[in-house]
Amino acid sequence: MTTPVLAIRHADKRFGAVHALKDVSLEAYSSEVLALLGDNGAGKSTLVKCISGVYPLDEGEILLDGAPTAFHSPAAARRAGIETVYQDLALFDNLTPAQNFYCGHEIAFPAWLPRGLRLLNSRTMEREAAAVLERLKVRLPKLDAPVALMSGGQRQAISVARATVFARKVVILDEPTAALGLRESRKVLDLIGQLRAQGAAVILITHNMEHVVELADRAVVLRQGRKVGELKPDRAIQQQLVSMIVGAEA
Amino acid sequence: MAEVATEHQESASAYQKGGRVRGGAAVALALRLLSVGPLLILILLIAGISQSTPYFLKPVNIGNILAQTAVIAIVAVGQHLVILTRGIDLSVGSNLALATVIGGLVFRVEDSAPLVALAMLATATLVGAVNGVVYVYGRLPHPFIITLATLSICRGLALELAIGHTTMRGMPDWIATIGGSETFGVPNSFFVVLAVALAALLMVKGMVWGRWIYAVGGNPKAAVEMGIPVKNVLVSTYVIAGFCAGVGAIVLAGRTGASSPLYGNLLELDTIAAVIIGGASFLGGRGHIGHALIGAVMIGVIRNALNLLDVDVFFQMIAIGLVIVVAVEADVLRSHLEAKARAIQAARVQ
Repeated sequence: MTTPVLAIRHADKRFGAVHALKDVSLEAYSSEVLALLGDNGAGKSTLVKCISGVYPLDEGEILLDGAPTAFHSPAAARRAGIETVYQDLALFDNLTPAQNFYCGHEIAFPAWLPRGLRLLNSRTMEREAAAVLERLKVRLPKLDAPVALMSGGQRQAISVARATVFARKVVILDEPTAALGLRESRKVLDLIGQLRAQGAAVILITHNMEHVVELADRAVVLRQGRKVGELKPDRAIQQQLVSMIVGAEA
Repeated sequence: MAEVATEHQESASAYQKGGRVRGGAAVALALRLLSVGPLLILILLIAGISQSTPYFLKPVNIGNILAQTAVIAIVAVGQHLVILTRGIDLSVGSNLALATVIGGLVFRVEDSAPLVALAMLATATLVGAVNGVVYVYGRLPHPFIITLATLSICRGLALELAIGHTTMRGMPDWIATIGGSETFGVPNSFFVVLAVALAALLMVKGMVWGRWIYAVGGNPKAAVEMGIPVKNVLVSTYVIAGFCAGVGAIVLAGRTGASSPLYGNLLELDTIAAVIIGGASFLGGRGHIGHALIGAVMIGVIRNALNLLDVDVFFQMIAIGLVIVVAVEADVLRSHLEAKARAIQAARVQ
């Protein structure tokens, strides 16, 4: 058995009276898509935010490559190699795709200056961003236009592609196809497949069972903050998954 | 069968594309026009005014406009950075007044240009830092509140500290030269504007920090998620706005050879108007230094022209108010067009 890239052990999180996570444990492995399922309010988003450094855990621990870690900020999680594609995409409408790619991770010089005072190496960033988009077969109308002018699918693709640039270990995708049409969804699913092929551990939150069955290697189901099941999704047990999510199984 | 279907699909999408592309081009053209709109309007304005009053384009008058616009332009550069992050700095005018008074007091102790200039810059920068720190770390809902408070505090302090509570004559020669003299027929204050604008341009477009300012303005929540030090970025914009007010204080005190607790009255409104008229957006993250400068010159030109044409001074206020309404409407129109462009993109993919 290989060491999981990311392991959550006995995670517990409260917001005042709300017990959002109750003793949740899960593991994510390299080159694997782990689906995180659950109804609204099941604790998926809270769990993701704890992993990506937005909230601290009340109890339990996060292990990265077997070593306990604690992220006090999203920046720390990013530095450790965990990228998150948020549901709202976290894109900067006023910036171009390349500027979005490298925002917070700019390529700049000289190295002896504090990060904020360094000079941007725009040409390198534009070239590398274009190369990544090319590799992922994402086609955009114009690379020098602000992303405000791009469609929902194009924006989603930019957000996912950005995660692939920096994700050295884990990529978390929060409902990446929720707002997309069929064809645009297909492109994003292809991107997720490519992420897995690159060796990333992918954690996918979605409500779309078709996508789960198609892509996910394992599925973890949360209900009311508790982990209620973990199984290997395929068409035969699709119904069982849904029952688990809504809590209808006898 | 399958082949036929694909062919049919392709021709359908090509047909659709032809129709959509034209709509897209129109929207793109409108957006482009909006982005150069302020400059176009300024050029038209200058052309129109020079027709009706020939004196307008005389070098003396142009020098006048530049000198009168300099303080607004310098302070507007700082205001622009604050507005880029969806903020506002109402204190710049009284901050400038306080800075000149502190400079005037230092001048009474020691007739040293560097010391007086340093005192003005330090005062104004400190006030800016207070604005930023209280706004960000005091977790205020909007910078409006703290900068309104410092607007009042600075004006009060300036009046309290000024000898006789009024204007104090005298400035070191070197500062008077910066603010009041000319080089090759061009007011020195114009070169100060140029220097401030170039420095700001380098920071905003060339440096990582500047990129972060745009990012924070474009999407503050995403900026946190992407690991940008949002709090420090916000504070820095108020510090720079304060510093710019300090530079403006040096220029104004130099031009008048005096310091006064009454200086900079309504300068906050002039600078905000300059930034908005110039085409920057209150929605955050859009606009560049050029917008602030164009807006400042436009205000200067309108005031100067109405003076030359002997129009009542109150009409100047009305005219500038009307221009602001037009500018803000253009801003709204732009975000509307952007949404349209997005829809066109989505239609192309389907």
